[in-house]
Amino acid sequence: MTALVNTSTPEGRAARTRSKASRVAQLTILILLLPIFVAPFYVMIMASLKTPEAADVTTMWLPPSPLSLNGLSEAWGKLSPNFINSFLMAVPATLISALLGSFNGYLISKFTFRMSNLMFTLMLVGMFIPYQSILIPLVSFLQLIGLYGTIPGLILVHVVYGIPIATLIFRNYYVAVPKGIVEAATVDGAGVLRTYWSVILPVSIPGFVVAGIFQFTNIWNDFLFAVVTIPNPFIQPVTVALNNLSGTQTVNWNVLMAGAIIAALPTAIAYLALGRFFIQGLTAGSVK
Amino acid sequence: MSADTVASRKLWKPKINHAFLLILPSFLIVFVFVYVFILYTIGVSLSANWRPATQDFTPNEDLLEVYGNLFLNPRFQADIRNSLIFAALFLLLTVVGGFILAILVNNLLRSKAFFRGVFLLPYALSFIVTGVVWRWIFNPESGVNLLLYYSGVSGIYENLTGEELRPEWLTSGEVVGDINVLLVQAFPQFEFIQVQLGIPLALIPVVLASSWQLLGFAMAMYLAGLAAIPPEVKEASEVDGASGFRYIRSIAIPMLAPITVTTLVILTHVAFKMFDLVFAMSGSGIGFATDMPGIFVYESMYKALLFNQGAAASIVMLIIVLLIVIPYLVKTNRQRTEED
Repeated sequence: MTALVNTSTPEGRAARTRSKASRVAQLTILILLLPIFVAPFYVMIMASLKTPEAADVTTMWLPPSPLSLNGLSEAWGKLSPNFINSFLMAVPATLISALLGSFNGYLISKFTFRMSNLMFTLMLVGMFIPYQSILIPLVSFLQLIGLYGTIPGLILVHVVYGIPIATLIFRNYYVAVPKGIVEAATVDGAGVLRTYWSVILPVSIPGFVVAGIFQFTNIWNDFLFAVVTIPNPFIQPVTVALNNLSGTQTVNWNVLMAGAIIAALPTAIAYLALGRFFIQGLTAGSVK
Repeated sequence: MSADTVASRKLWKPKINHAFLLILPSFLIVFVFVYVFILYTIGVSLSANWRPATQDFTPNEDLLEVYGNLFLNPRFQADIRNSLIFAALFLLLTVVGGFILAILVNNLLRSKAFFRGVFLLPYALSFIVTGVVWRWIFNPESGVNLLLYYSGVSGIYENLTGEELRPEWLTSGEVVGDINVLLVQAFPQFEFIQVQLGIPLALIPVVLASSWQLLGFAMAMYLAGLAAIPPEVKEASEVDGASGFRYIRSIAIPMLAPITVTTLVILTHVAFKMFDLVFAMSGSGIGFATDMPGIFVYESMYKALLFNQGAAASIVMLIIVLLIVIPYLVKTNRQRTEED
């Protein structure tokens, strides 16, 4: 790009100086915006390291002195059962919905069958609906099959409502896999299932990372399904427990902020470690 | 018919049916959990006697009464107002802001990954975490007001006006710029609206916190779009002397129009579904200044046990979201069919 600007002429040099100046200006704007984006993280981290006495909202912006791990340990004491519940819920739900999504995405992208487009579109509607509009029958259904108030029940809910988005992510991923290799396998006598197992699954690992991190984040962060289907505080996931903690007057500010960090940590770590795949999931999951 | 075509049909036809049969279980489960459940909720909304224990679906004599009452309910009126105002401000800030961030970040060289990472990090957090933290940043006793004080802005304001500068943020019940009088003068049929039709000031912190969380999403969408603009286009425009704002206006904005549509559809549906963040940040607010349809549904169903009212409000939410999403899905479906 810059090679096209001819630096041997005065106009070219002027253009280059201009572009350099504008780049510095742009960087300055971004650096000025940075504190706004970082402020909530700063507040959380500073507060979580304060002593109970020093933790006061009226001194929110001051750094901790002396440092204390009291907030983190007390928050962990309160939230650790729920934190574990969140893992027990999010890990299986993510794996199952990614597997189903991969299988459906393969079928939709590699085979043309009657009504395939209609079926796909009808499924996609399911990822946009406000879930408030299905809560009443959902609770009745979970009660009917005996899974109301349980983590397996919540896993089922996340798997079912995760099918559309997971199917979409994999469908967009498999579109890039040449149809020819599926056809070649079919000519060799492999059926739909065999082809999936021996041809498609081996090339699907990046797709699983993308769908997995995306679904894990969605499921870990869910609040509505959990608060409605799990009344027992000991079985609730960490988002619900954090909200309960936030509504308790007697909880210290350092404990609350430490709790927010604990609830945020797994998805933040997944994002920091696998950010590239996270961005792919977010753009692939936006209907193309 | 030659033996060849018979053979090839035999090879393909059963497989096509297999694919259909194999996707059927997933499709049917989603179909039941989405469409059948929605019909069930509509049924609940039409039967005042429905309770979880009795499941009594006897329809009301005046079938749509509950929907009529909903729009006469001042709280629900406030919810619809809040939802519309929230959506407008949130979309403006997030889409325009996300576009500007993408343009700025895209031009960076070494620090590109760093800025992209920081701006997108909030998106990975739960709305509950965001709500719990921002609640205190916009508390009148702390957060932003402390910064106004430390920076001297409060002092300057006090010297100039003689009044104390202490915005109430989330605890404000004030609604500014209401148009009720004008509206009723022009259209007397709107007299049934009991809430002030203006901007509730307490919604502004909610908009800021939501944008903080979703600006990175809009930015990532635009960055993906910018990366897909062919380098030849950019080079050609530079040769023609179209750089900086000219490039943004005549190349980037038109070429990114499909991304803008997608981002708008996704963020609009997020805005009308907004629940967790407001629930954790401010709840319903003073005089329902920050109440949302999602909170109204939740409290009708699980606090007040008014199942038909909650169900009706959730169907109104659903209709609003579908009005935005269905045309978009139909359009992308048509594009997909053409690609095939």
